[in-house]
Amino acid sequence: MSVLPLLDIGLALLVVAVAAWTIAARNLFASVLGYVAYGLLLALVWVRLHAPDIALTEAAVGGGVTGVLLVTAGKRLDALKATRSGAGPGLRERIVAGALSALVAGALAFVVASLPTPAPSLAPQAAAAAAGPGAGLGNPITAVLISYRAFDTMLEKIVLLLAVLGIWSVGADDAWGSAPAPLRRARPDGAMVLLARILAPIGALIGVHIFWVGADAPGGAFQGGALLAAMWMVAMMARLLEAPRIGSRALRLALISGPAVFLTVGLAGNILAGSFFAFPPGFAKPLILFIEAFMVLSVAVALPMMVAGPPDGESKP
Amino acid sequence: MIAQPATTPGGFLLVLAVLLPAAGTLFSFALGSRAAEKIALGLTPVGFFLACLVAMKVAAAGAPIAYAIGGLPPPLGIALRADGVSAVMMVTASIIVAAAAFYARAKFATPDGVEESRGALTFWIMIQAIWAALNLIFVGGDLFNLYVALELLTFAAVPLVCIDGRPETLAAALRYLLFALFGSVSYLLGVALLYGLYGTLDISLLAQRVGAAPMVWTAAALMTAGLLAKTALFPLHLWLPPAHANAPAAASAVLSGLVVKGSFFLALRLWFYVLPALPTAAPGAVLGALGALAVIFGSVLALRQARLKLLVAYSTVAQIGYLFFVFPLAAGAHVWSPLGWSGGVMQILAHAFAKAAMFLAAGLVAEALGHDRIAGFRGAARALPLTFLTLGLGGLSLMGLPPTGGFEAKWLMLRAAAASGQWIWSLPILGGGLLAGGYVYRILAPALADGEAAIQARPERSREAIALGLAVIALALAFAPQGFFDFLEIGRPFASGSAP
Repeated sequence: MSVLPLLDIGLALLVVAVAAWTIAARNLFASVLGYVAYGLLLALVWVRLHAPDIALTEAAVGGGVTGVLLVTAGKRLDALKATRSGAGPGLRERIVAGALSALVAGALAFVVASLPTPAPSLAPQAAAAAAGPGAGLGNPITAVLISYRAFDTMLEKIVLLLAVLGIWSVGADDAWGSAPAPLRRARPDGAMVLLARILAPIGALIGVHIFWVGADAPGGAFQGGALLAAMWMVAMMARLLEAPRIGSRALRLALISGPAVFLTVGLAGNILAGSFFAFPPGFAKPLILFIEAFMVLSVAVALPMMVAGPPDGESKP
Repeated sequence: MIAQPATTPGGFLLVLAVLLPAAGTLFSFALGSRAAEKIALGLTPVGFFLACLVAMKVAAAGAPIAYAIGGLPPPLGIALRADGVSAVMMVTASIIVAAAAFYARAKFATPDGVEESRGALTFWIMIQAIWAALNLIFVGGDLFNLYVALELLTFAAVPLVCIDGRPETLAAALRYLLFALFGSVSYLLGVALLYGLYGTLDISLLAQRVGAAPMVWTAAALMTAGLLAKTALFPLHLWLPPAHANAPAAASAVLSGLVVKGSFFLALRLWFYVLPALPTAAPGAVLGALGALAVIFGSVLALRQARLKLLVAYSTVAQIGYLFFVFPLAAGAHVWSPLGWSGGVMQILAHAFAKAAMFLAAGLVAEALGHDRIAGFRGAARALPLTFLTLGLGGLSLMGLPPTGGFEAKWLMLRAAAASGQWIWSLPILGGGLLAGGYVYRILAPALADGEAAIQARPERSREAIALGLAVIALALAFAPQGFFDFLEIGRPFASGSAP
């Protein structure tokens, strides 16, 4: 056990070092790589803090999806550089931003160090209620997300939908309805295609597994959906699949299915279980899995559509 | 706050008021822009009816109504609560959303022969999402649930700014997004700290547990800074004028009239409902001072604008400043606190209606003249009498001249300032009114002057009537009876039952 604290200290130092490198890197691409590494290291930190659910989410979103998003955005910025001179922030802005960051970090360090120990927490109560009769879930985090805080989770999926529409809405009027631009224009090389052919099916399988075991073990709809999303993006980068038209009815239905099913079950709860977003006793687990299946679909479609960007018009039918 | 049952009769109305527009956004997204328009317009009377029902239930009970979602009371579950102010805000939001929606039909109809149009789908979905988010902000009883509401509000509001798709609108939207995301993160950090300290996110449970510890001050500072960025209080106002001036008129009306009030409402909830245990003198003085600076700077900048929409947007920066006088003037359990409270709420309402009316009218002026340069308004009032009447009436309320809601708000605030011995706040209140008189005069003087305005397209009478209707409501607020102020006291912490 004596080596673990040393590993933790090393990990913490590494996180800070990578964060500093991400900010200091002169090259945009290097900065993005630093950010992805930072996300993956943070996932390790969450594992060490015994929070595997957060670790899965951080790895999938912080490392995977955001990484692809930033790389794609960086490439498009590079293409624009020829026409625009990219003047960065001046010295004064840098000093002000640095001072503000230091102030916030200092205040947080002080506060976090003086938080009460043990921290007051609802976790034991939630875990007991989740495992009890009625819910029968082994993973209290899923119970919190889909039962106690069902209202939050449903509304957050609508936020995701608004983000997708917001991104689409900055496209051109005459491109509306068409597909987003491919994630990469060039023909992918053989290695990328091979990787996608091998990785995507395995990753998709793991994604479905993470969703399925989420009721009782670490995992759940968002993590599973994010992994499926990443696999779809891998397939799109290898040009094995193309992004769908944004006007496609099937795409729209897939995007709304998660929140729509959740909202419908939530409304029905008022009749069947006496309260909005309540589950009838004995049916909680199957209903939760039913809702989560559609949430997986919505997340798996929404994240790649955000990365793919606004409709392009060139791929118009 | 007195202990009350987790779910009261009529509490389910609160859930419906949020879910109805939320379901509308989902259906609209699936069915396309043509259906989205019908859904949004069809929901407006239903939402108005629901908001009125909530107000009637609160009035009948004489106490807040509440609902524990999933039958799970806090701290594990999420509670919704509506008090007097919540109900009034819900009714206000439903009226302004309805007005903006019917006004926007002319611009955001899906043209024949097109399957779907970009602007129409974005507008009709986002306006419903804003409505759902606002209703949740007004009734949310859980700080994290309110964070979700703030996110919903932000992600619905930002795309409205760049709906016209010009480069400057994109720049304005991006700037708005950056400020708003800073606000979200800052607010969320504070919420996380409060949970780490007290193990609950429920507002009424927190109110019982919070004490004046340094960590609570840090959390309060983070949350307040985040909310101020979203409310565009000076000096975090830089995003507002380009965003509100570049959005289409119907969207500007909702953004300026309602959206900035959403984050302000949460600041009220934070200081008056979550943190009544903190001493209020210092934070009240800071917030009030920032408000005073906002009044002065916003008004002076409004005076210097050459374009009508930018002038109206800078006037929002100034009018937001007044809202923050509520922190020094309604603090604690003094005899004068209800005066300050009523004044603050009245300022929210008066500005919401007056500003929405003025933005709708400004949109009609721009459409009719083909531009909104104030220097080119000569003779325009003769050509567009109803629209300039709307601008004039809205302007009266901004100046705070009787009989308008704006006068009522400032009069209540002045009385609270005098009664509490904080006469210093009467200076910006009165000075801001003079400056407002100046910028309203700048709009009306050229329009009333002799000249021949070249009208390119005559606005529809119905759209002029919608804008005028909102301005008339801003006026009618001056005649609010005593019962209205008693209603605002329902559920206010420290409320003793006596109102001004």
